[in-house]
Amino acid sequence: MTATATDPSARGLRAAFLTGVRGVAPLLLGVVPFGLVAGVAAVEAGIGLPGAVGFSVVVFAGASQLAAIDLLGQGAPAAVAIGTALVINLRMLMYSASMAPELAPLPRRTRIASAYLLTDQAYAVSILEFRTGAWDLRQRLALYLGAGATLWGTWQVSTVVGAVGGAVIPDSIPLGYAVPLAFLSLLVPAVTDRPTLVAAVVGGVVATVGADLPANIGMPLGAFSGVAAGWFASRRARVAPTTADHPTFADGGHR
Amino acid sequence: MTWPTASTWLVIVVAGVGTFALRASFLALADRLTGLPHDVREALRMVPAATLAALTIPALVRPDGDWALLGPRALAGVLAGLVAWRTRSALLTVVVGLVAVVAIEAILT
Repeated sequence: MTATATDPSARGLRAAFLTGVRGVAPLLLGVVPFGLVAGVAAVEAGIGLPGAVGFSVVVFAGASQLAAIDLLGQGAPAAVAIGTALVINLRMLMYSASMAPELAPLPRRTRIASAYLLTDQAYAVSILEFRTGAWDLRQRLALYLGAGATLWGTWQVSTVVGAVGGAVIPDSIPLGYAVPLAFLSLLVPAVTDRPTLVAAVVGGVVATVGADLPANIGMPLGAFSGVAAGWFASRRARVAPTTADHPTFADGGHR
Repeated sequence: MTWPTASTWLVIVVAGVGTFALRASFLALADRLTGLPHDVREALRMVPAATLAALTIPALVRPDGDWALLGPRALAGVLAGLVAWRTRSALLTVVVGLVAVVAIEAILT
């Protein structure tokens, strides 16, 4: 133990893990009530504690769990519940793509296993930290696992408490509002220049206007639109008339 | 104890496997994604701002599906956004936002 304690790389890993834990900690203020609600909703939909735990462990994605449980409670077909949950989780594709270059040199098995912990909060905390701090590859993994594991444990415990204890939060305290507030605290530092501002504005507006669209498609649609708009803004700012070739096609994507 | 039906287990397992596939997708291929062109890296750089805004803004201005551009959650959100900008503290952002929304709702009702 003393050897690892004095090993600078080991100390770096612990520091990185704890940075992830600390980054996600204030966001738990939004996660706990959300998990309680997911537990309560499962019991009210008639799938009990095992159903609540099943969703939280196997799916482990709050908004999609709530939507699927709600649909099951209304007697919707299984395919509708599955499709809705997957549409809501489409944004995970983008998180995965964004994290991939950061963790690329790790063994494939490690990368795939770590994907289980990929959530809004773990992703946002990690990627913002990667961009501002100098972390090496193993520290990046440790930081992400610190954020992801903390969130996972909190989510499981709060789902069980919600399923067993029922509605424990009075309606007068709008704790459901803590979830968007936590995302807001991550959104502000994510906007660092004009293209990211364009991405945020377009993403937010499209998702809001599209909130009526069927199958909850508005949110992923907003996210994809925001990325596209931000990319265009960045390209317009960058492309000089003399060098307006297309390096994308020249480089391919298969190196 | 209430147990889920077989159909519910099917939803849990298929939604779970599908969600994991979405999460693992690009992480599984990451070794083939080295030396990404600048254009692709720029698109990926937009992901946090675009996704977080798509998650946040509807909850502030259409909390129940109805538009409430000047509703308590939108107003408290503006205040919370200023706190996030000035302090970079997630905890302060959430606490100030929650206190503000309760106060604004109390004033308006």
